[in-house]
Amino acid sequence: MSGIDWTPFWLSFKLAGATTIILFGLALPVAWWLSRTNSRAKPLLEALVSLPIVLPPSVLGFYILWALAPNSPVGAFFEEHFDIKLVFSFTGLVVASCLYSFPFMVQPLQSGFESLNKNMLEAALLAGKTPLQTLLRVALPNIKPSLLTALIVTFAHTVGEFGVVLMVGGSIPGETKVASVAIYEFVEIMDYQNAHIYSAVMVALSFMVLLAVYTFNRYHRRQLGVY
Amino acid sequence: MLTVDISKPLEGAAGPMDLRVALSIAEGSFTAIMGESGCGKTTLLRILAGLEEATGRIVVDGDFWLKDKNALPPQKRKIGFVFQDYALFENMTVRGNLLFVERDEKLADELLSLTGLTELADRRPSTLSGGQKQRVALARALMRRPRLLLLDEPLSALDPAMRSKLQHDILALHKRFGTTTLMVSHDPAEIYRLADRVIRLDHGRVTADGKPADVLLQAAGSQKFSFRGELLEVQKRDTIHVAIVAIGQQIVEVVLDASTAASLTVGETVTVAAKAFAPTVQKV
Repeated sequence: MSGIDWTPFWLSFKLAGATTIILFGLALPVAWWLSRTNSRAKPLLEALVSLPIVLPPSVLGFYILWALAPNSPVGAFFEEHFDIKLVFSFTGLVVASCLYSFPFMVQPLQSGFESLNKNMLEAALLAGKTPLQTLLRVALPNIKPSLLTALIVTFAHTVGEFGVVLMVGGSIPGETKVASVAIYEFVEIMDYQNAHIYSAVMVALSFMVLLAVYTFNRYHRRQLGVY
Repeated sequence: MLTVDISKPLEGAAGPMDLRVALSIAEGSFTAIMGESGCGKTTLLRILAGLEEATGRIVVDGDFWLKDKNALPPQKRKIGFVFQDYALFENMTVRGNLLFVERDEKLADELLSLTGLTELADRRPSTLSGGQKQRVALARALMRRPRLLLLDEPLSALDPAMRSKLQHDILALHKRFGTTTLMVSHDPAEIYRLADRVIRLDHGRVTADGKPADVLLQAAGSQKFSFRGELLEVQKRDTIHVAIVAIGQQIVEVVLDASTAASLTVGETVTVAAKAFAPTVQKV
């Protein structure tokens, strides 16, 4: 196994980690708002949030590429003011992954919040707590399984990304060549031995992550006395 | 002194209606609110707490909680609210539930001891019985030293023995803290024991307001025993008819004549009455 280049795995996990952390911050207020609102705009926002689940990754990748390219306003702005290149770079991959995995963070959090006892949240308001305190100290700690599902599924989904990553990032070794892209290339050059090894590593890692989630959920439910 | 004069359109069980309530509640009093379900009792409490919008005014000792459409947010009203389903913070211990409201260890200890929860202080709500949970909710509601304590059918999910124990707790806490209290309840015995005033709501309007004895005693002074109950069954036994009626927790049999028997339908609310000149009271 010493001959394996672990860089693509490291890149995959770095990308997934960054995406998960950023998305948690972005998706939390959205999920909270969606779970609490009676606004007529709710279905509109829900549909927008869920769009990446339905769209082919190539469509999403194409639009991201188009929007972030150096000759587009967004791409030009970032290149001019921050000297950040958004396509065919790791930063661009993070931006693309955040768009692509957004629903996987929002949906579990939203359904977790919706399953909470409304009276419990009202009790926190009546105790003089601000909505932010209520969210952080009452709502979030009471949806631990949903929270964990959101984090892990987002992470896992980003690790498993292929189409968007390939379109927006290409395959620059050490920069954008993540594990899924590396496997694709091994198959293309008919290096089946490495394709096998990389694929088996992905299967094992993914299985372990999911096993950990379900074990925790079972433990948590038992702790709450729910069987 | 609490002055309420509010109105709010509601979707009642029998179509749309207006909740219109004008009341003055004395400082330190204990008022019960009764009425059919869907008559606006819970909504009234929620409006007082600031959890629902309404128009009109709510004034507490000269401070406006509601003036036309401008409402003070619930956080600033200093309200204690006890929900029917307890609504405890599941992620915190019993003591944690109290201290989350106000970091006042001394008050928390006193409330825990008054409600008999000292031993359970480090337990999680999910490990408690219904009665224990409701005592935690009661103690938690008093942690802010509220200006107004609102109890929304706090005991209706509990069995009769636990009810009477908690009624005792509520009374003890009311004596100790003197908090102005409004309680929604369906149970006449409970109202009689706890409240010094009772208000009956019917389709969003106040239809009775007075001392529990005056509002609740159905046949005062007529030397008549009169009980309301639900007709469970009419049996024909040989030549007579017997009605089986559930009154409170008891089931009684009453002999009927044929014409009365024919006029009754099972499931109806009926009155069972008798002239009683010398009823006796004995210990069970």
